[in-house]
This record gives sequence, structure tokens and C-alpha cells, in this order.
Amino acid sequence: MTTTRALARLLLPTIPFLWLGAFVLLPFLIVLKISLSIPATAQPPYLPVLDWSGGIDGWGAFLEALDFANYETLATDALYRDAALSSLGLAATATAILLAIGTPIAHALARAPARWQPLLVALVIVPFWTSFLIRIYAWIAILKTEGLLNAVLLRIGLIAQPLEILNTQAAVLIGLAYAYLPFMVLPLYAVLSRLDRRLEEAAADLGASPTRVFWTVTLPLARPGLAAGALLCFVPMVGEFIIPDLLGGSDTLMLGRVLWSEFFSNRDWPLASAVAILLLGIVLTPVLFRESRRHREAAP
Amino acid sequence: MSPVGRLALILGLGFLYAPILVLVAYSFNASALVTVWGGFSTRWYGVLLADGPLMAAALVSLRVALAAALLATILGTLAALALDHGRRFPGRGLFAGLVYAPLAMPEVITGLSLLLLFVGIGLDRGLVTLVIAHATLGLGFVAIVVGARLRGLDPALTAAAADLGAGPLRVFATITLPLIAPALVAGFLLAFTLSLDDLVIASFVSGPGATTLPMRIYSQVRLGVNPAINAASTLIVGLVTLLALTATWLTGRKARTA
Repeated sequence: MTTTRALARLLLPTIPFLWLGAFVLLPFLIVLKISLSIPATAQPPYLPVLDWSGGIDGWGAFLEALDFANYETLATDALYRDAALSSLGLAATATAILLAIGTPIAHALARAPARWQPLLVALVIVPFWTSFLIRIYAWIAILKTEGLLNAVLLRIGLIAQPLEILNTQAAVLIGLAYAYLPFMVLPLYAVLSRLDRRLEEAAADLGASPTRVFWTVTLPLARPGLAAGALLCFVPMVGEFIIPDLLGGSDTLMLGRVLWSEFFSNRDWPLASAVAILLLGIVLTPVLFRESRRHREAAP
Repeated sequence: MSPVGRLALILGLGFLYAPILVLVAYSFNASALVTVWGGFSTRWYGVLLADGPLMAAALVSLRVALAAALLATILGTLAALALDHGRRFPGRGLFAGLVYAPLAMPEVITGLSLLLLFVGIGLDRGLVTLVIAHATLGLGFVAIVVGARLRGLDPALTAAAADLGAGPLRVFATITLPLIAPALVAGFLLAFTLSLDDLVIASFVSGPGATTLPMRIYSQVRLGVNPAINAASTLIVGLVTLLALTATWLTGRKARTA
């Protein structure tokens, strides 16, 4: 009885563990390895390939042939530096925009009548599940020069000439803010809805205006939600491909897109792998930073 | 609610839904131009149904999504059970990291790394590789949904069954499984919609002859706005919204019963 239970306890993680080892951990190690290879016009298109039959000598030869040229290219070629900086810049700007528009929305959600809240929250969640590609595609018809936005603005006389928005960084920022709004609103709502309202009431009783209460009481208490929302948006936005590709035109460089074109257009698998490792490093940095801060705050 | 709050909600939800509504409206526009309303028409739905490659791609997507969601539900549930109640086993930290990594990782990295694996082991790219990739992605979502439900269960229920002499398998089949069933269905639906929606990972791991619906749509929309794609999008949005609402409803029920 106890042995079967112990056996079940041991076997339970085994199946998903093997699956994840084969399809998450191993692929990552392969990316790491190929990023240290040189491209070759062969099948597969890279060298060196680890030859298992060579035994220890094979490993030695493999290690000697490892090559950091791809990382040198990343560090020296302006294209990759610009793509990395532009990814970070666009993601940071979009995160700032999302903080600005997400906070009032989450605050209003948390203060809505209790019986309306589940419905309103569902309304925020549903677009998140609704075809990412299609929702971004929808913006093309709105933003293009002869599109809906320009037609409306021209009709009401706000502008005399149609604006060029599609295929600019502004379009990418609109797309990012649109696609990631639920990621900002939901964690903020989770914190704001659990907030002790008596603190806000006390501040108001002591004569603070609603604006002052919001800035000096509500917002500082909502800091964990703000941090979680910012992280949830920033990390995937850095590696975004569809939004810069469909809305950004050929001039918008982002790492996800560079990786894609190195792979599909240039067929340079080792360089694409090196870009993947760089991208992974960039997205892991804020995550690890936050984890270590959490650890330090948890310790006395 | 304050007038400012009401305005924020209206603008926010308007921002989220306006593009989708524009798309739906255009799919019924007789004119092919976005700025001209040519009257109500279902002609683009006719064009869509006559589009052989697009219909074939839709079939590929549905088959892949069904298989991937089934696999993801089984594996994700096993992962959630393994991680439940702080159960200790060697490599627990690494395991948890691997379960959730595909959720946070940029899709281009997941796609590239899986493709390099498939090429490395000589697995031909096609339906099988698509199913493996999407099952791996969906697994993490299932683990989150099922894990939340497991945490809400009263441990006294399974302890009582075990005290009355039921073996671990019997406890799972008669007590745990019925109680977490709504989470299994919700997890399945989420994994299904994720698979149906994915463009980036599919582009990497799919091969000739296994073009999914998002891949087909992507190759069309890169050429500009296309009314038949608007019609296809409307149908997909309708289907996915229905699935997402069902999943949200099923996970929402948990909060009240737990």
C-alpha cells in the first residue's frame, strides 16, 4: 500500500518530465550549441555536428570546433545592436503607455458594482483569447493611409492630409498597447480589488481630494500589481514578431523579427540561434532581477 | 462608480473591441474598399467557402488543435498533480521551470528551438511536429488551470477515501477526477484555442503539406486587406470567443464551489 503510493508519487512526474525534457530542455540546449557553430551549405546547414560515435575524442573535437563568431557578429554589426535597442525601446515605451492607460481602467473595474465585476473582467479577458493575428490584422484596415481612422479624421476636419501611421513605429506602439492591455489590467485589478478601502476613506476623511487619495494612497499600495503588469507586458513584447511585421513596415527592427528573417530568409541557423540566446538573456534579466528582489524582501 | 471611472471603462473596452467589430462589419460589406460601405452582403463568405487552400488549412488546424489539446490536457494534468501540495521529488524546481517556461518564452525562441530538435533527430516536419509543439505550449496553461483547482480541493476528501481503504488510483478516479473535471475541460478548451491561434511556432515546425489556418491567413494579409480573410476572421473570432467564454465560465465556477 505505502509502496504503491510511493511508486505513484515517483511515477507521476516522470511522464511530463520526460516530455518537457525532450521538448523544452533539449531543444534549448541544441539552440545554445548551434549558436556556437558556423554556418555551412550542408544539411543541416551548420558545423560542427556532434558525432556520438567518436566517443571521448569526438567530444574533444566538438568542443575545439565551438565558435564564438556569431556572438562577435551580434556585438559588432550595427544591425543587431540597433534591433536590440529598438526592441527594448519600443517595449519600454509601450509598457509606459500601458501603465498610463491600464491603471485607470483597472481602478474603474475594481470600483465597479460587485455584481458587474465578473462580467467586466470576462470582457477584458475574452479578447486575449481571440486570435492574436486577426486582432493585429484588423488594425491594418484602421491605420492605413486610406483606412478608417484617416477617413474619420478627414471627415470631421481634424486633419487636412491623411496621416501616415501604418508602417511606422507609432503603429507598432498602438499594436503593442492594444494586444497587451489585458496583461496590464488583470494583475492590477487583482491587487486593487483586494485593497483595504478603509485606507482610502481615512485619507478622504482627513480632507484629501480624490486625486490626492489616488496618488498618495491607492497607487503606492498597488505597486505589486504595477510591477507584475509591467513585467507581464514587457517580457513578451521584446520578442514580439507579428506586431512589428504587420504594422511596423520594413524599417521597424525588433529582435523577434531579426531572428525570423535570419532563419527564413538568410537561412543562417547559427546566427538565428545566437539571436535567440541574446533575446532570452534580455527577457530573463528583469525576471531574475524581480525574483532576487522578492527573495531579499522575504528575508528578514 | 465615478464618471471618470465610467469613462475609463467605456474607452478601455471600446479600444479592446472596436477593431474586432470593424473587422466583423467589413466582412459583410459588399464593397472591397474599407472606407466605402457598399451595402450588406454575404458574398465574401461565398468567396471564402470556395477558397480550397484556405478550407484545407482550416481542416489541418482543427485536427492539430484537437490532438494537441488532448495531449496537453493529459500531460498538463499529470504535471499539476505532480506539483500539487508542495509534493517533493528530485528536480522539482527544474520541473516547475520547464512547465511554465513555454508560457513566458518569446514564441520565436520556442519555434526555433523545437525546429532544431526535429531536424536534429530527423523527424519530418508536418502534422506530428505541429501537434508536439502545440501540446508542449498548451501543457503549461492546463497545469495552471488544473493546479488552481487542485489547490481549492479539501484534502480531507481524499484522506477520507484513503482511510476507507481506497487505493491511490481509486481515490483519483472516484474523488479527485470528478472534482477537477471542469478545470480539465477549461484547460482543454484553452489549449485548443492556443493551437488554433498560433502562427509563429507553427511557421517554424510545420512542413510542406501541413499549412495551418493562421499560416494561410498570414501569407494573405501580408499582401494587404482582403475581404475574404475578414469573413474567415469573423468565423474564427466567433468560434474562439465561444470557447473562451465557456472556459472562463468553467474556471469561474470553481471560485464559488471551492
